[in-house]
Amino acid sequence: MSAPALSARGLQKSFGSLVVARDIELALPVGARYALIGPNGAGKTTLINLMTGILAPNAGQILLGDEDITALMPQERVQRGIARTFQINTLFPGLNALEAVTLAVAERRGLSRRFWQNVADNKEAIDEAHDILVKLQLDDCCYQPTRELPYGRQRLLEIALALATRPKVLLLDEPAAGVPSAESHIILDAIESLPDELAVLIIEHDMDLVFRFARRVTVMVGGALFAEGTPREIEANPQVRAVYLGQAGRG
Amino acid sequence: MALTQNLQSPQLYLQSLSRWRPAEIAFWLATLLPFVLAPNYLSLASQIAIAALFALSLDLILGYAGIVSLGHAAFFGIGAYSAGLISRFGWGEPLTGLLLSTLAAGLVGYATSFIIARFRHLALIMLTLGFGLLLAELANSAGWLTGGIDGLQGIHTWRLLGHFNFDLFGTTAYAYALAVLFFVFLGTRRLIHSPFGLALRGIRENWVRMSAIGAPNRAHIRTIYTIAAALAGIAGALLAQTTETVSLDSLGFERSAEVLVMLVLGGAGRLYGGLVGATIFMVARDQFSGIAPEYWYFWIGILLIFVVILLPNGVLGGLPNLIARWRRP
Repeated sequence: MSAPALSARGLQKSFGSLVVARDIELALPVGARYALIGPNGAGKTTLINLMTGILAPNAGQILLGDEDITALMPQERVQRGIARTFQINTLFPGLNALEAVTLAVAERRGLSRRFWQNVADNKEAIDEAHDILVKLQLDDCCYQPTRELPYGRQRLLEIALALATRPKVLLLDEPAAGVPSAESHIILDAIESLPDELAVLIIEHDMDLVFRFARRVTVMVGGALFAEGTPREIEANPQVRAVYLGQAGRG
Repeated sequence: MALTQNLQSPQLYLQSLSRWRPAEIAFWLATLLPFVLAPNYLSLASQIAIAALFALSLDLILGYAGIVSLGHAAFFGIGAYSAGLISRFGWGEPLTGLLLSTLAAGLVGYATSFIIARFRHLALIMLTLGFGLLLAELANSAGWLTGGIDGLQGIHTWRLLGHFNFDLFGTTAYAYALAVLFFVFLGTRRLIHSPFGLALRGIRENWVRMSAIGAPNRAHIRTIYTIAAALAGIAGALLAQTTETVSLDSLGFERSAEVLVMLVLGGAGRLYGGLVGATIFMVARDQFSGIAPEYWYFWIGILLIFVVILLPNGVLGGLPNLIARWRRP
C-alpha cells in the first residue's frame, strides 16, 4: 500500500505549560475524506497550523507522502502540495476574485517573478484561474473587489485560492463557519465536488455537514486525539457523545 | 450580484486594466506645457520631475508592497553622491553617470533588502529610519569624499547627448528630468501590471494569505526593494547632475519625510499618486516660501492634515469620492 498523502507522527506542541497538541498520530490516505471534530479549544486549528508550518512543533514529524516536511516554511509546504483555508476569511480585500486566483495560479506556475510582462499575456494561467472560478460558481462576480462580495462567496473564494495551488492535501478549517444555514449547501456542494484523488481534512462544527461529507471522523479533546472511526461509530460512541455531541446539541 | 462585465473574457478584462486612459495621455501632454507657458519656472519644473520620480520609487514599496520606509532618502543620496563624484573625478557625461549611479543605489538597496525583507510594520519603519540616519552621518563624517557640511563642489555636467548645454534657464534640465521620469514611469507602469506587480498587491493586501498560496514573500520584497532603491538613485543622480551640487540634505531624514508626505498627499498605491503629490508639494513650497520662508512647513502641515482628514487616500484617491458625495442630494 502506498504512503499516506499526509501524516503526523508524535506531534507535540505546548505554549508554556499549556499543551495544545499531545502525541498526535494521524494519517490521511490519498483521496481521504476525513473530518476533525472536537469542542472549542481542543486544538483543531493548532493542528492545521502545525501541519501547514505556521507553528513549529516541539517534537514529532510531519510527512507529505514520504517526504519529511517538518522543517519547511509554510510557502514551501504549499509548493509541495498542502493547501488550507482559514476559519476567518483571509483573502485579498482589494483584489477581485479573478485577480486573486490568477495570482495564486501565477505563483504556482512560477510566473510571479516576471515584472516585465503584462499579466494579461498569460492566457493559460488566466483561463485556469477562471475555470476554478466557474467550478465554484464565482465567475459571475469575479470582477468585483473581494471586500464587496457576500460572505458566502468569500468562503468559496477561500476554497478557490486553495485549489489554485493544485494541492494533494487540502485542510479546510470550518469552511461553512458563519454562513447562514440557508446558504451552507453552496459550501457543501463545493466540498463534495472536490477532485477524488485529493486528500481532504475538514474541521467543522456543523454536524450535518460532517456526517454527510466525511468517511472517517477523528475527535480531538484537550490537544489529544480522543476517538477515531466511521461517522456511524463516532455517533454511537458514548464517550464522544458525552464530551462533544451532547453539548453540540445533535439529537 | 451578477455583473454585465461578464460579456468580456477574463483575459480581455485584465488587458483592459492596463490600457492607457485619456486622462493619462492628457497628463503627460500637460507636462510639456511649462516649456511654453512658464519658461521662467523650468528649474522648478525639473525639481518637480525629480521629486515625482523619487515619490514614484517610494510608491513601489509603500503603495504597492506595503513597506513603510522613513529612510528612502538614503538611496536618493547614494545616487546623488555617486553622480556628483563620478563627475568630480572627471567624467561628466550625464547618461553614463546616471546609469552608474543607478547601479550604485540598486546595489546598496539589494544588500540591505536582505535585512528589510525579514521585518515588518514598526520594526521596518525604525530599521529604514536607522539606516537613513546612519548613512547621513557617514556622509557627514567622510568630508574628504563628500565635502561634508559644505556639500560636494566642483561638479560639472557635460552637454546632454554631446549637444544640449545645461543652461541657467533649466530648459535642458527639465527636458532631461522629464524624459527620464517618463521612461521610468513606463517601466513602472509595466511592472505594476505584471504578474510580479499583482504579487506585490497581494503582499500589501494580505501577507498571510500570500504565504498560504505558496508565494515567496521575502524574495518578492527583496526584488521590489532593490528596484525602488535603484529608481530613488536615478532621482538623486538627476538632482546632482542638473544642479551641479550635492549637499547632505540629499540623504537627510527631512528628505525621507518629505517624499512620504508627497506620496500621502497624492495618494499611495496609485501610479500617479507620487507624481501629483510631488507637484502639489513642490508648487506649495515655492508659493508658501515666497510668503514667509521660515514658516512654510506650517502651511504644508495644514495641507497634510486637511488631505489626510478629508481625502484619506490622497488627492487622487479622495477627489472622486468627494465629488460623488457633493453631487448626491
